[in-house]
Amino acid sequence: MKMTSIDRLLLLLTGLLAGYQVAVGINGLGTVPITAYTIGFGVLLVAGLLLIILGFDVLDSPIVVIVSTIIPLSLSLGLVWEHLASYRTLYLIFAIIGFLAVSFTRSIPIKNKLPTIMIAIVHGIAGMTIFLLPSVLAANGTRHPVFALVGLGGALIGLGGLLLSFLKAGKPIVPRETILKIIPGLFLLMTACFVAGFKFG
Amino acid sequence: MTATAKTSSMTLSVKFAQFWTLIKPLQTGLLLATGVAGYMSAHAKVSIPLLLVMSASLFLAISGSTIMNMWHDHDIDAKMKRTQKRPAASGELSRAEVFNVGMLITLLGVGWAVVIDPLYGLVVFAGWFFDVVVYTLWLKRRTCWSIVWGGISGAMPILAGRVLAVGGIEMIGLLLAGAVLFWIPTHTLTFSIKFANDYNAAGVPTFPSTYGMETTRAVIALSSIIAAASIGVAGVMIGVQAGILRLLVVLSSGLLLLSFATVFRPSERVNFSLFKYASLYMLISMILLSI
Repeated sequence: MKMTSIDRLLLLLTGLLAGYQVAVGINGLGTVPITAYTIGFGVLLVAGLLLIILGFDVLDSPIVVIVSTIIPLSLSLGLVWEHLASYRTLYLIFAIIGFLAVSFTRSIPIKNKLPTIMIAIVHGIAGMTIFLLPSVLAANGTRHPVFALVGLGGALIGLGGLLLSFLKAGKPIVPRETILKIIPGLFLLMTACFVAGFKFG
Repeated sequence: MTATAKTSSMTLSVKFAQFWTLIKPLQTGLLLATGVAGYMSAHAKVSIPLLLVMSASLFLAISGSTIMNMWHDHDIDAKMKRTQKRPAASGELSRAEVFNVGMLITLLGVGWAVVIDPLYGLVVFAGWFFDVVVYTLWLKRRTCWSIVWGGISGAMPILAGRVLAVGGIEMIGLLLAGAVLFWIPTHTLTFSIKFANDYNAAGVPTFPSTYGMETTRAVIALSSIIAAASIGVAGVMIGVQAGILRLLVVLSSGLLLLSFATVFRPSERVNFSLFKYASLYMLISMILLSI
Protein backbone atom coordinates (compact mmCIF):
# COMPACT_ATOMS: atom_id res chain seq x y z
CA MET A 1 0.00 0.00 0.00
CA LYS A 2 1.33 3.41 -0.98
CA MET A 3 2.03 5.91 1.75
CA THR A 4 0.09 9.16 1.45
CA SER A 5 1.38 12.66 2.18
CA ILE A 6 -0.79 12.73 5.31
CA ASP A 7 0.86 9.50 6.50
CA ARG A 8 4.30 11.05 5.94
CA LEU A 9 3.26 14.21 7.78
CA LEU A 10 1.98 12.18 10.75
CA LEU A 11 5.22 10.20 10.86
CA LEU A 12 7.28 13.37 10.60
CA LEU A 13 5.39 14.84 13.55
CA THR A 14 5.96 11.57 15.43
CA GLY A 15 9.69 11.85 14.70
CA LEU A 16 9.78 15.47 15.82
CA LEU A 17 7.99 14.67 19.07
CA ALA A 18 10.25 11.68 19.74
CA GLY A 19 13.28 13.86 18.95
CA TYR A 20 12.02 16.54 21.33
CA GLN A 21 11.58 13.95 24.05
CA VAL A 22 15.14 12.66 23.60
CA ALA A 23 16.67 16.15 23.47
CA VAL A 24 14.60 18.03 26.04
CA GLY A 25 11.87 15.94 27.63
CA ILE A 26 14.03 13.70 29.82
CA ASN A 27 16.53 16.23 31.10
CA GLY A 28 17.24 16.00 34.81
CA LEU A 29 16.54 12.28 35.22
CA GLY A 30 19.05 9.65 36.36
CA THR A 31 21.50 7.95 34.01
CA VAL A 32 19.57 4.70 33.59
CA PRO A 33 16.12 6.29 32.91
CA ILE A 34 17.72 8.76 30.49
CA THR A 35 19.46 5.91 28.68
CA ALA A 36 16.30 3.79 28.61
CA TYR A 37 14.04 6.60 27.37
CA THR A 38 16.68 7.68 24.83
CA ILE A 39 16.70 4.16 23.42
CA GLY A 40 12.89 3.92 23.38
CA PHE A 41 12.17 7.28 21.80
CA GLY A 42 15.30 7.03 19.65
CA VAL A 43 14.06 3.80 18.08
CA LEU A 44 10.71 5.47 17.51
CA LEU A 45 12.44 8.41 15.83
CA VAL A 46 14.66 6.31 13.55
CA ALA A 47 11.77 3.94 12.74
CA GLY A 48 9.61 6.93 11.81
CA LEU A 49 12.32 8.29 9.51
CA LEU A 50 12.78 4.90 7.85
CA LEU A 51 9.03 4.56 7.34
CA ILE A 52 8.99 7.98 5.67
CA ILE A 53 11.94 7.03 3.44
CA LEU A 54 10.95 3.48 2.53
CA GLY A 55 7.19 3.48 2.94
CA PHE A 56 5.15 0.67 4.51
CA ASP A 57 7.30 -1.99 2.79
CA VAL A 58 9.77 -1.63 5.63
CA LEU A 59 7.19 -3.26 7.92
CA ASP A 60 7.68 -6.51 6.00
CA SER A 61 11.23 -6.78 7.29
CA PRO A 62 11.77 -9.56 9.86
CA ILE A 63 13.68 -7.12 12.07
CA VAL A 64 10.45 -5.17 12.78
CA VAL A 65 9.42 -7.63 15.51
CA ILE A 66 12.76 -7.24 17.29
CA VAL A 67 12.80 -3.45 16.93
CA SER A 68 9.20 -3.14 18.11
CA THR A 69 10.20 -5.04 21.26
CA ILE A 70 12.86 -2.49 22.16
CA ILE A 71 10.36 0.38 22.53
CA PRO A 72 8.11 -1.04 25.28
CA LEU A 73 11.02 -2.75 27.03
CA SER A 74 13.12 0.40 27.30
CA LEU A 75 10.23 2.70 28.21
CA SER A 76 9.00 0.32 30.91
CA LEU A 77 12.55 -0.03 32.25
CA GLY A 78 12.79 3.76 32.54
CA LEU A 79 9.49 3.92 34.43
CA VAL A 80 10.37 1.07 36.79
CA TRP A 81 13.80 2.58 37.51
CA GLU A 82 12.21 5.92 38.34
CA HIS A 83 9.28 4.73 40.40
CA LEU A 84 9.83 1.17 41.68
CA ALA A 85 13.29 1.33 43.22
CA SER A 86 13.09 -2.14 44.78
CA TYR A 87 12.44 -3.81 41.40
CA ARG A 88 15.17 -2.02 39.47
CA THR A 89 17.71 -4.82 39.18
CA LEU A 90 15.07 -7.48 38.64
CA TYR A 91 13.42 -5.51 35.84
CA LEU A 92 16.76 -4.64 34.23
CA ILE A 93 17.59 -8.36 34.10
CA PHE A 94 14.12 -9.10 32.67
CA ALA A 95 14.56 -6.39 29.99
CA ILE A 96 17.96 -7.68 28.90
CA ILE A 97 16.96 -11.35 28.92
CA GLY A 98 13.61 -10.56 27.29
CA PHE A 99 15.24 -8.66 24.46
CA LEU A 100 17.86 -11.36 23.91
CA ALA A 101 15.20 -14.08 23.98
CA VAL A 102 13.02 -12.34 21.38
CA SER A 103 16.05 -11.60 19.18
CA PHE A 104 17.33 -15.17 19.47
CA THR A 105 14.02 -16.90 18.81
CA ARG A 106 13.40 -14.63 15.82
CA SER A 107 16.88 -15.07 14.34
CA ILE A 108 16.93 -18.86 14.07
CA PRO A 109 14.34 -21.08 12.39
CA ILE A 110 12.12 -22.60 15.11
CA LYS A 111 9.04 -24.54 14.07
CA ASN A 112 7.18 -24.60 17.40
CA LYS A 113 5.34 -21.72 19.09
CA LEU A 114 8.27 -20.61 21.25
CA PRO A 115 8.92 -17.34 19.30
CA THR A 116 5.27 -16.31 19.64
CA ILE A 117 5.14 -17.25 23.32
CA MET A 118 8.34 -15.29 23.96
CA ILE A 119 6.92 -12.18 22.29
CA ALA A 120 3.64 -12.51 24.17
CA ILE A 121 5.45 -12.73 27.52
CA VAL A 122 7.90 -9.89 26.89
CA HIS A 123 5.36 -7.53 25.26
CA GLY A 124 2.73 -8.48 27.81
CA ILE A 125 4.84 -7.66 30.87
CA ALA A 126 6.40 -4.52 29.35
CA GLY A 127 3.07 -3.27 27.99
CA MET A 128 1.22 -3.83 31.26
CA THR A 129 4.02 -2.07 33.15
CA ILE A 130 3.82 1.01 30.92
CA PHE A 131 0.04 1.04 31.13
CA LEU A 132 -0.48 0.27 34.81
CA LEU A 133 2.43 1.99 36.56
CA PRO A 134 1.72 5.57 35.37
CA SER A 135 -2.02 5.01 35.81
CA VAL A 136 -1.56 3.90 39.42
CA LEU A 137 0.90 6.71 40.17
CA ALA A 138 -1.53 9.25 38.74
CA ALA A 139 -4.50 7.71 40.57
CA ASN A 140 -2.87 7.58 44.02
CA GLY A 141 -1.59 11.13 43.75
CA THR A 142 2.12 10.30 43.60
CA ARG A 143 2.24 12.05 40.23
CA HIS A 144 0.04 14.67 38.58
CA PRO A 145 -3.11 13.16 37.02
CA VAL A 146 -1.80 14.06 33.53
CA PHE A 147 0.91 11.44 34.05
CA ALA A 148 -1.82 8.89 33.27
CA LEU A 149 -1.31 9.89 29.63
CA VAL A 150 1.92 7.88 29.74
CA GLY A 151 -0.23 4.87 30.63
CA LEU A 152 -2.52 5.66 27.72
CA GLY A 153 0.57 5.81 25.48
CA GLY A 154 1.49 2.40 26.84
CA ALA A 155 -1.93 1.04 25.94
CA LEU A 156 -1.56 2.44 22.43
CA ILE A 157 1.89 0.84 22.16
CA GLY A 158 0.26 -2.45 23.05
CA LEU A 159 -2.35 -1.90 20.34
CA GLY A 160 0.35 -0.96 17.81
CA GLY A 161 2.41 -4.02 18.72
CA LEU A 162 -0.67 -6.20 18.38
CA LEU A 163 -1.50 -4.78 14.93
CA LEU A 164 2.09 -5.22 13.75
CA SER A 165 2.09 -8.79 15.07
CA PHE A 166 -1.12 -9.47 13.12
CA LEU A 167 0.58 -8.07 10.06
CA LYS A 168 3.61 -10.31 10.54
CA ALA A 169 1.43 -13.36 11.23
CA GLY A 170 0.24 -13.20 7.62
CA LYS A 171 -3.40 -13.80 8.56
CA PRO A 172 -4.47 -10.53 10.17
CA ILE A 173 -7.93 -10.42 11.72
CA VAL A 174 -7.96 -6.77 10.68
CA PRO A 175 -7.23 -6.22 6.95
CA ARG A 176 -3.66 -5.17 6.12
CA GLU A 177 -4.86 -1.93 4.49
CA THR A 178 -6.73 -0.96 7.65
CA ILE A 179 -3.69 -1.64 9.81
CA LEU A 180 -1.46 0.44 7.56
CA LYS A 181 -4.00 3.26 7.54
CA ILE A 182 -4.07 3.30 11.33
CA ILE A 183 -0.34 2.93 12.06
CA PRO A 184 0.92 6.52 11.35
CA GLY A 185 -1.89 8.14 13.36
CA LEU A 186 -1.47 5.60 16.14
CA PHE A 187 2.28 6.26 16.33
CA LEU A 188 1.67 10.01 16.57
CA LEU A 189 -1.05 9.68 19.20
CA MET A 190 1.05 7.28 21.24
CA THR A 191 4.13 9.54 21.12
CA ALA A 192 2.06 12.64 21.88
CA CYS A 193 0.60 10.91 24.96
CA PHE A 194 4.07 10.00 26.19
CA VAL A 195 5.52 13.46 25.60
CA ALA A 196 2.53 15.24 27.20
CA GLY A 197 2.46 12.79 30.12
CA PHE A 198 6.14 13.26 30.86
CA LYS A 199 6.07 17.05 30.40
CA PHE A 200 2.92 17.93 32.32
CA GLY A 201 2.67 14.95 34.65
CA MET B 1 3.27 42.93 -23.71
CA THR B 2 4.37 42.43 -27.34
CA ALA B 3 4.75 38.97 -28.85
CA THR B 4 8.54 39.40 -28.98
CA ALA B 5 8.73 40.39 -25.32
CA LYS B 6 6.54 37.42 -24.34
CA THR B 7 8.74 35.01 -26.30
CA SER B 8 11.93 36.39 -24.79
CA SER B 9 10.47 36.20 -21.27
CA MET B 10 9.48 32.57 -21.88
CA THR B 11 12.94 31.80 -23.24
CA LEU B 12 14.48 33.32 -20.14
CA SER B 13 12.31 31.26 -17.79
CA VAL B 14 13.09 28.08 -19.75
CA LYS B 15 16.81 28.86 -19.56
CA PHE B 16 16.52 29.54 -15.86
CA ALA B 17 14.78 26.20 -15.34
CA GLN B 18 17.48 24.41 -17.35
CA PHE B 19 20.31 25.99 -15.37
CA TRP B 20 18.42 25.37 -12.14
CA THR B 21 18.53 21.62 -12.83
CA LEU B 22 22.24 21.96 -13.68
CA ILE B 23 23.10 23.20 -10.19
CA LYS B 24 21.52 20.09 -8.56
CA PRO B 25 19.41 22.14 -6.14
CA LEU B 26 19.09 19.45 -3.47
CA GLN B 27 22.82 18.71 -3.33
CA THR B 28 23.69 22.41 -3.45
CA GLY B 29 21.11 23.09 -0.74
CA LEU B 30 22.57 20.40 1.49
CA LEU B 31 26.13 21.73 1.05
CA LEU B 32 24.86 25.24 1.72
CA ALA B 33 23.21 23.95 4.90
CA THR B 34 26.58 22.59 6.04
CA GLY B 35 28.13 26.02 5.43
CA VAL B 36 25.44 27.74 7.50
CA ALA B 37 25.88 25.09 10.21
CA GLY B 38 29.64 25.71 10.22
CA TYR B 39 28.97 29.41 10.81
CA MET B 40 26.28 28.84 13.44
CA SER B 41 28.34 26.18 15.25
CA ALA B 42 30.52 28.94 16.69
CA HIS B 43 27.50 29.91 18.82
CA ALA B 44 28.68 33.51 18.73
CA LYS B 45 26.38 36.48 18.18
CA VAL B 46 24.92 35.86 14.74
CA SER B 47 25.27 38.70 12.24
CA ILE B 48 22.27 38.25 9.93
CA PRO B 49 23.69 40.42 7.10
CA LEU B 50 26.97 38.46 7.23
CA LEU B 51 25.09 35.16 7.30
CA LEU B 52 23.07 36.25 4.25
CA VAL B 53 26.05 37.35 2.17
CA MET B 54 27.94 34.22 3.19
CA SER B 55 25.01 32.05 2.07
CA ALA B 56 24.71 33.93 -1.21
CA SER B 57 28.42 33.71 -2.03
CA LEU B 58 28.57 30.06 -1.03
CA PHE B 59 25.46 29.26 -3.07
CA LEU B 60 27.01 30.88 -6.15
CA ALA B 61 30.39 29.17 -5.70
CA ILE B 62 28.84 25.72 -5.17
CA SER B 63 26.46 26.24 -8.09
CA GLY B 64 29.36 27.39 -10.27
CA SER B 65 31.42 24.29 -9.53
CA THR B 66 28.41 22.02 -10.16
CA ILE B 67 27.73 23.67 -13.52
CA MET B 68 31.41 23.33 -14.47
CA ASN B 69 31.19 19.65 -13.56
CA MET B 70 28.14 19.29 -15.82
CA TRP B 71 29.98 21.16 -18.57
CA HIS B 72 32.95 18.82 -18.53
CA ASP B 73 31.01 15.58 -17.96
CA HIS B 74 28.34 16.13 -20.61
CA ASP B 75 29.67 13.16 -22.61
CA ILE B 76 29.61 10.81 -19.59
CA ASP B 77 26.16 12.03 -18.59
CA ALA B 78 24.87 11.38 -22.12
CA LYS B 79 25.83 7.69 -21.78
CA MET B 80 24.05 7.14 -18.47
CA LYS B 81 20.29 6.60 -18.28
CA ARG B 82 20.06 8.49 -15.02
CA THR B 83 21.70 11.63 -16.35
CA GLN B 84 21.17 11.67 -20.12
CA LYS B 85 18.26 14.10 -19.86
CA ARG B 86 20.33 16.77 -18.14
CA PRO B 87 20.32 19.90 -20.33
CA ALA B 88 24.09 19.82 -20.86
CA ALA B 89 24.05 16.14 -21.82
CA SER B 90 20.97 16.27 -24.02
CA GLY B 91 22.23 19.30 -25.94
CA GLU B 92 19.38 21.59 -24.81
CA LEU B 93 22.10 23.93 -23.61
CA SER B 94 25.23 24.45 -25.69
CA ARG B 95 28.61 23.68 -24.16
CA ALA B 96 29.75 27.28 -24.58
CA GLU B 97 26.63 28.51 -22.81
CA VAL B 98 27.14 26.14 -19.88
CA PHE B 99 30.85 27.02 -19.61
CA ASN B 100 30.21 30.77 -19.70
CA VAL B 101 27.46 30.71 -17.10
CA GLY B 102 29.45 28.29 -14.92
CA MET B 103 32.51 30.54 -14.96
CA LEU B 104 30.47 33.71 -14.44
CA ILE B 105 28.69 32.28 -11.40
CA THR B 106 31.98 30.93 -10.08
CA LEU B 107 33.70 34.30 -10.40
CA LEU B 108 30.79 36.03 -8.72
CA GLY B 109 30.68 33.52 -5.86
CA VAL B 110 34.39 33.16 -5.19
CA GLY B 111 35.03 36.86 -5.80
CA TRP B 112 32.29 37.84 -3.36
CA ALA B 113 33.66 35.38 -0.81
CA VAL B 114 37.15 36.92 -1.04
CA VAL B 115 35.68 40.39 -0.56
CA ILE B 116 33.76 39.22 2.53
CA ASP B 117 36.88 37.73 4.12
CA PRO B 118 40.11 36.64 2.39
CA LEU B 119 40.58 33.41 4.38
CA TYR B 120 36.91 32.50 3.94
CA GLY B 121 37.32 33.23 0.23
CA LEU B 122 40.41 31.02 0.07
CA VAL B 123 38.53 28.07 1.61
CA VAL B 124 35.60 28.61 -0.77
CA PHE B 125 38.02 28.72 -3.70
CA ALA B 126 39.72 25.54 -2.44
CA GLY B 127 36.32 23.80 -2.52
CA TRP B 128 35.76 24.93 -6.11
CA PHE B 129 39.33 23.99 -7.13
CA PHE B 130 39.16 20.48 -5.64
CA ASP B 131 35.79 19.84 -7.23
CA VAL B 132 36.37 21.23 -10.70
CA VAL B 133 40.09 20.85 -11.32
CA VAL B 134 41.21 17.90 -9.16
CA TYR B 135 38.04 15.80 -9.09
CA THR B 136 36.28 16.55 -12.38
CA LEU B 137 39.02 17.47 -14.83
CA TRP B 138 41.87 15.35 -13.49
CA LEU B 139 40.81 12.25 -11.56
CA LYS B 140 37.18 11.28 -12.14
CA ARG B 141 37.87 9.33 -15.33
CA ARG B 142 41.16 7.88 -14.07
CA THR B 143 40.59 6.42 -10.60
CA CYS B 144 37.78 5.51 -8.24
CA TRP B 145 39.75 7.29 -5.51
CA SER B 146 38.67 10.56 -7.08
CA ILE B 147 35.77 10.56 -4.62
CA VAL B 148 38.22 11.39 -1.82
CA TRP B 149 38.96 14.69 -3.56
CA GLY B 150 35.28 15.19 -4.29
CA GLY B 151 34.78 14.60 -0.57
CA ILE B 152 37.40 17.18 0.39
CA SER B 153 35.65 19.64 -1.87
CA GLY B 154 32.31 18.84 -0.24
CA ALA B 155 33.86 19.43 3.18
CA MET B 156 34.91 22.97 2.33
CA PRO B 157 31.55 24.77 2.78
CA ILE B 158 31.27 23.76 6.45
CA LEU B 159 34.91 24.71 7.03
CA ALA B 160 34.33 28.01 5.23
CA GLY B 161 31.33 28.81 7.42
CA ARG B 162 33.30 27.99 10.56
CA VAL B 163 36.31 30.04 9.38
CA LEU B 164 34.10 33.05 8.76
CA ALA B 165 32.62 32.75 12.26
CA VAL B 166 35.81 32.18 14.27
CA GLY B 167 38.34 33.90 12.03
CA GLY B 168 40.67 30.97 11.48
CA ILE B 169 41.10 27.26 10.83
CA GLU B 170 40.91 25.29 14.09
CA MET B 171 40.31 21.77 15.35
CA ILE B 172 36.51 21.95 15.48
CA GLY B 173 36.37 23.26 11.92
CA LEU B 174 38.59 20.41 10.75
CA LEU B 175 36.49 17.85 12.62
CA LEU B 176 33.31 19.20 11.04
CA ALA B 177 35.00 19.08 7.65
CA GLY B 178 36.12 15.51 8.44
CA ALA B 179 32.54 14.56 9.26
CA VAL B 180 31.34 15.74 5.85
CA LEU B 181 34.38 14.22 4.13
CA PHE B 182 33.60 10.78 5.57
CA TRP B 183 29.85 11.16 5.13
CA ILE B 184 30.30 11.70 1.40
CA PRO B 185 31.46 8.11 0.63
CA THR B 186 28.37 6.82 2.49
CA HIS B 187 26.32 8.90 0.11
CA THR B 188 28.23 8.48 -3.17
CA LEU B 189 29.22 4.82 -2.79
CA THR B 190 25.66 3.70 -2.09
CA PHE B 191 24.76 5.68 -5.20
CA SER B 192 27.50 4.01 -7.25
CA ILE B 193 26.22 0.59 -6.12
CA LYS B 194 22.68 1.50 -7.15
CA PHE B 195 23.77 2.78 -10.56
CA ALA B 196 26.76 0.47 -11.10
CA ASN B 197 25.64 -0.45 -14.63
CA ASP B 198 25.29 3.18 -15.63
CA TYR B 199 28.81 4.01 -14.44
CA ASN B 200 30.21 0.92 -16.19
CA ALA B 201 28.49 1.94 -19.43
CA ALA B 202 30.08 5.37 -19.22
CA GLY B 203 33.49 3.93 -18.33
CA VAL B 204 33.75 5.82 -15.04
CA PRO B 205 35.85 3.88 -12.51
CA THR B 206 33.96 3.35 -9.25
CA PHE B 207 34.65 1.42 -6.07
CA PRO B 208 32.18 -1.34 -7.00
CA SER B 209 33.77 -1.80 -10.44
CA THR B 210 37.34 -1.65 -9.10
CA TYR B 211 37.16 -3.45 -5.74
CA GLY B 212 33.82 -5.25 -5.88
CA MET B 213 30.60 -4.82 -3.91
CA GLU B 214 31.82 -6.41 -0.68
CA THR B 215 34.77 -4.07 -0.26
CA THR B 216 32.63 -1.10 -1.23
CA ARG B 217 30.09 -1.99 1.44
CA ALA B 218 32.86 -2.33 4.03
CA VAL B 219 34.19 1.11 3.05
CA ILE B 220 30.68 2.55 3.41
CA ALA B 221 30.38 1.10 6.91
CA LEU B 222 33.83 2.33 7.93
CA SER B 223 33.31 5.84 6.58
CA SER B 224 29.93 6.02 8.35
CA ILE B 225 31.58 5.14 11.65
CA ILE B 226 34.22 7.83 11.18
CA ALA B 227 31.64 10.42 10.04
CA ALA B 228 29.40 9.71 13.03
CA ALA B 229 32.36 9.79 15.43
CA SER B 230 33.60 13.09 13.95
CA ILE B 231 30.19 14.70 14.36
CA GLY B 232 29.95 13.39 17.93
CA VAL B 233 33.41 14.65 18.93
CA ALA B 234 32.80 17.99 17.19
CA GLY B 235 29.49 18.25 19.06
CA VAL B 236 31.24 17.66 22.40
CA MET B 237 33.99 20.17 21.59
CA ILE B 238 31.45 22.76 20.44
CA GLY B 239 29.69 22.24 23.75
CA VAL B 240 26.22 21.36 22.49
CA GLN B 241 23.66 20.57 25.18
CA ALA B 242 23.47 17.01 26.54
CA GLY B 243 20.02 16.52 24.98
CA ILE B 244 21.28 17.50 21.54
CA LEU B 245 24.19 15.13 21.99
CA ARG B 246 21.75 12.32 22.85
CA LEU B 247 19.82 13.07 19.70
CA LEU B 248 23.02 12.98 17.65
CA VAL B 249 23.87 9.61 19.18
CA VAL B 250 20.40 8.26 18.28
CA LEU B 251 20.62 9.47 14.68
CA SER B 252 24.22 8.23 14.34
CA SER B 253 23.11 4.82 15.62
CA GLY B 254 20.55 4.69 12.81
CA LEU B 255 23.28 5.49 10.30
CA LEU B 256 25.60 2.84 11.73
CA LEU B 257 22.89 0.18 11.83
CA LEU B 258 22.01 0.78 8.19
CA SER B 259 25.70 0.75 7.25
CA PHE B 260 26.20 -2.59 8.97
CA ALA B 261 23.04 -3.87 7.32
CA THR B 262 24.59 -3.10 3.91
CA VAL B 263 27.58 -5.24 4.88
CA PHE B 264 25.81 -8.18 6.51
CA ARG B 265 22.38 -8.14 4.86
CA PRO B 266 22.96 -6.39 1.56
CA SER B 267 19.94 -5.66 -0.61
CA GLU B 268 18.73 -3.00 -2.99
CA ARG B 269 16.32 -1.75 -0.34
CA VAL B 270 18.90 -1.45 2.41
CA ASN B 271 21.25 0.31 0.01
CA PHE B 272 18.58 2.80 -1.01
CA SER B 273 17.50 3.45 2.56
CA LEU B 274 21.12 4.13 3.59
CA PHE B 275 21.47 6.57 0.70
CA LYS B 276 18.35 8.47 1.72
CA TYR B 277 18.95 8.25 5.45
CA ALA B 278 22.53 9.53 5.07
CA SER B 279 21.27 12.75 3.45
CA LEU B 280 18.63 13.24 6.10
CA TYR B 281 21.18 12.45 8.82
CA MET B 282 23.59 15.09 7.57
CA LEU B 283 20.87 17.72 7.29
CA ILE B 284 19.50 17.06 10.80
CA SER B 285 23.01 16.88 12.30
CA MET B 286 23.84 20.24 10.79
CA ILE B 287 20.70 21.77 12.29
CA LEU B 288 21.48 20.24 15.69
CA LEU B 289 25.05 21.54 15.71
CA SER B 290 23.71 25.00 14.96
CA ILE B 291 21.35 25.11 17.94
